[in-house]
Amino acid sequence: MDILKFLTAGSVDDGKSTLIGRMLYDTESILQDQLEAIQNSSRKNDDGSIDLAILTDGLKAEREQGITIDVAYKYFQTEKRKFIIADTPGHIQYTRNMVTGASNADLAIILIDARKGVIEQTIRHSYLVSLLALEHVVVCVNKMDMVDYSEEVFEKIHADYHSLAVKLNLHEVTFIPVSALKGDNIVNNSLNMPWYKGKSLLDHLETVPVREMDALLPARFPVQWVIRPQTEELHDYRGYAGRVASGAFKVGDTIKVLPSGMRSKIAKIETFDGEHAIAEEGKSITMHLEDEIDISRGDMISEAERQPIVSNLIEADICWMDTRELDTSATYFIQHNSKLTRCKIQEILYKVNINTLEKVNADAFGLNDIGRVEIKTADELAFDPYETNKRNGGAIIIDSRTNVTVGALMLRAAL
Amino acid sequence: MDYLDQLEAEAIAILREVAGQFEKPALLFSGGKDSITLVKLAEKAFRPGKFPFPLVHIDTGHNFPETIEFRDKLVAQLGEKLIVGYVQDSIDQGKVIEQTGKNASRNALQTVTLLDTILEGKFDACIGGARRDEEKARAKERIFSVRDEFGQWDPKRQRPELWNIYNGKIHKGENVRVFPISNWTELDVWNYIKRENIELPSVYFAHERDVIMRNGQWMAASEYLNMDEEDIIIRKKVRFRTVGDMTCTAAVESDKDQIDDIILEISQSKISERGARMDDKVSEAAMEDRKKGGYF
Repeated sequence: MDILKFLTAGSVDDGKSTLIGRMLYDTESILQDQLEAIQNSSRKNDDGSIDLAILTDGLKAEREQGITIDVAYKYFQTEKRKFIIADTPGHIQYTRNMVTGASNADLAIILIDARKGVIEQTIRHSYLVSLLALEHVVVCVNKMDMVDYSEEVFEKIHADYHSLAVKLNLHEVTFIPVSALKGDNIVNNSLNMPWYKGKSLLDHLETVPVREMDALLPARFPVQWVIRPQTEELHDYRGYAGRVASGAFKVGDTIKVLPSGMRSKIAKIETFDGEHAIAEEGKSITMHLEDEIDISRGDMISEAERQPIVSNLIEADICWMDTRELDTSATYFIQHNSKLTRCKIQEILYKVNINTLEKVNADAFGLNDIGRVEIKTADELAFDPYETNKRNGGAIIIDSRTNVTVGALMLRAAL
Repeated sequence: MDYLDQLEAEAIAILREVAGQFEKPALLFSGGKDSITLVKLAEKAFRPGKFPFPLVHIDTGHNFPETIEFRDKLVAQLGEKLIVGYVQDSIDQGKVIEQTGKNASRNALQTVTLLDTILEGKFDACIGGARRDEEKARAKERIFSVRDEFGQWDPKRQRPELWNIYNGKIHKGENVRVFPISNWTELDVWNYIKRENIELPSVYFAHERDVIMRNGQWMAASEYLNMDEEDIIIRKKVRFRTVGDMTCTAAVESDKDQIDDIILEISQSKISERGARMDDKVSEAAMEDRKKGGYF
């Protein structure tokens, strides 16, 4: 069994919380004591049935205000798959949360209210999904019960969204007409929409293939930690501990250590459970090299064939996540995999109006702004363009005064 | 990749980030199944080297004796360092006052001892076994969760956590709580324990025990539980699904003493794991409030 991580984008009004609640409820993922807590709650639907949206409300602060203030993670499983939902709110001021949720998701569910169709918010959410390069998009046209389950309404939205998807370069888009409130096409195929021949949402989530292309990516291994027991019997033991970011390494492969550029061969790949001939993406391993070279945390071991870009002048897309504006004269930290170094965001090339997708001039760059920047780093980074390998193309900006994460970077190219 | 391999690899990577980013980390060890799982993951992350952190146990003095026995045996086997902070010391020093009445528990008091132990050890990162599926406030928790000087968690001021990049930068006096098994569910932990053949304290398996009924739950009869003549002690076959203090962890009636049967029983259970925690039932926001005060 594998895990699918997905995110749901939409506002409270689109019925997003109800959709998640419905999925948890209909897959029997809600236990008796949790259900009792909801039933005891004062919030009910108009018809007196329990409000499934409560299932995703976490904090007291949120219940008081009736909003979702942060990313919440929900877990459920069926016989076919395990699921992790990143529940992110859809209000404009929470772009930052959606970017955060999307950075760890394989798939995005974009909710559209059947009565409203493709609106500004839909464009915003879809843009973020394309910026973060999610593999799959599912457009759920919700509240079909409020439009008499009309095929015409669904087809109109389908057509409208299709042109947006083309513009945003989203290629894996699936459309499903649903009613989260009534449960149509969520877990079971709806009897109210016989004209819809596709899968129900859950059926789709259970069967959509994830990470198919990943085996073809170049091999990257950021070193997190050097294991040196320095005991008598393990006097010369020197293992490089880390997690394979992408591709696969085999014993005997020629590798290059970056940024130094030293070459060596893999002598041994091991874990606590023994030695291995090969280590693929996602595995946490300890690697041994044939030659004694100076390698420390923050270095990158790469396959010798297809090497990453090594540079200290980098062009990147950035999402700003702090209330304090981006300062082109300030020194920040940049963290890319296990590498931490100082940087300056030298120039803002443009800002994107995420409601219209226009590039605009940026005199100021504040919370939730997205755009293109030029960065100069103190040490060189060994990265891949985010769009070709997101496991080695994302980085964060940390404010050196507050230590807060203030920006998400999609690295694009060397300058 | 199989889901247990995926969760394991992620947890190992998080532990190695802690080692790489912090000067004085610690692993908070409660003797429960989640922290025992963390210890196994630490072995996978750092062997054949030593752990780059000690184990730290906050001992309320109200633990199951089986847990303490297990803890000492495990530490001896591992050859790692154990530091114990005693809630009794905090009581003796007058920093906290023992609760009275029937539902008295030291659960809330241990936050003070924990914060003191962190201060004394100058720990800048504390690794814990909390999981997001446990409780709604924990569902919003980051993997690297920054706490201020008072140990407080502020849900509105959490750092965004992107990809698998964890920002552990902090100011002096602050510390980070790290949760490597955030993405695991209760069943994942049990399935992992089974797969890895991890030993657990005997209280997790069905055994005969004196219990009394409190607020609809079976509690272990012990000298720590304030009992009166209304309480009737009954001998029952029980096991514990979650193990904290004897005063706040309820038992479930069960005759399951094999891990396969326990996994089956849990997967069919209609009650959540923390349904057996009296400490969560104080109010709807009990966990949220405690976390804001420095609890896990």
